[in-house]
Amino acid sequence: MANHTTQLPAHPGEIPKPNTAWIWKTFWVITAITALEFLIAFTMPSSTFRNSIFIILTIFKAFFIVAEFMHLKHETKGLIWTIMIPMGLLIWLLVALITEGNAIHSAIF
Amino acid sequence: MSTISPTTQAIPDSALDKPRTGTWDGGNEPLNASYGKLMMWFFLLSDAFTFAAFLTTYGLIRHKYLAYTGSAEAFKFSTAYWPIPEKVFNSFPGLHGVDLPLAFVALMTMILIFSSVTMVLAVEAGQRFDKQDVQKWLLWTILFGTIFVSCQAWEWSHFITGTDEGTLMNDGTVFHGANLAVNQYGPVLFADLFFFITGFHGTHVFSGICLLIYCFIATTNGTFEKRGHYEMVEKIGLYWHFVDLVWVFVFTFFYLV
Repeated sequence: MANHTTQLPAHPGEIPKPNTAWIWKTFWVITAITALEFLIAFTMPSSTFRNSIFIILTIFKAFFIVAEFMHLKHETKGLIWTIMIPMGLLIWLLVALITEGNAIHSAIF
Repeated sequence: MSTISPTTQAIPDSALDKPRTGTWDGGNEPLNASYGKLMMWFFLLSDAFTFAAFLTTYGLIRHKYLAYTGSAEAFKFSTAYWPIPEKVFNSFPGLHGVDLPLAFVALMTMILIFSSVTMVLAVEAGQRFDKQDVQKWLLWTILFGTIFVSCQAWEWSHFITGTDEGTLMNDGTVFHGANLAVNQYGPVLFADLFFFITGFHGTHVFSGICLLIYCFIATTNGTFEKRGHYEMVEKIGLYWHFVDLVWVFVFTFFYLV
């Protein structure tokens, strides 16, 4: 599945039936997660706990987009790790600099 | 009369270049992905670095300021704390003065997610060599992408124009809207980050639309059909999904958290 370029039509002139059920399934999952996010945004008071729910749901959505729509799930392990390891390091950077922002805040106020 | 025809000369087999098959000789596809798709993945990784830098900056600066802890009803714009998104982004085109928190951005998010779906349908049609379906889904994707960019233009112009009331500034004047130096919503950097992050994302969507229009023209001309594959649609599809992915993060960090 990793490489579609070698695929050629089995019978030229004949177009196979579309196979789109998985696309719509992914769409409904992403829509449901987004709807849940809005529900939480309006029913729950703002807190660190609420923010962590938002971030976890965002990562879920990102997983479905990257794994299904971008097809990364069906690529080789090497390519998956090539993309995921730098992303993991970026999350580390994000957490480190938010902590740094808190430190600047407590130094100012 | 002796003419030597070069074509009749026998060329020894060993003198001919043979297709290279060695691992380090161009004979294989690293990571089992074609050159173009692999390079698109690496480009997207580098682009993710840029967006991560923006979002990390946002996180740092936001935590540098006080968070607003009161109720949403009692919220007033002030440079003393970071504004809450439901009070900044609460307007909808055509419904002037109605408080609709996050309604417009919800619509924009759904439009972009839906354009991702039509894009993946175009890629799927390309794998089946269904030229008409590729054209149809590419047109839908171009349409939704254009609607998204137009919505963002409206959002920007509303953000720049500001509310009717405005905010009383330190120098005693009432300021409406925002620019890079002053804004009515909160700290100066709030508006700066809004312009840079959503602007950079909007530029990406715009480039995506240009690439999709190229794809549509090439599909219509039969370029991909003659080439024997619709890989270009797949590569541009990867880029389009990435833009959607970035929006998912921008949406969470700018509008929800």
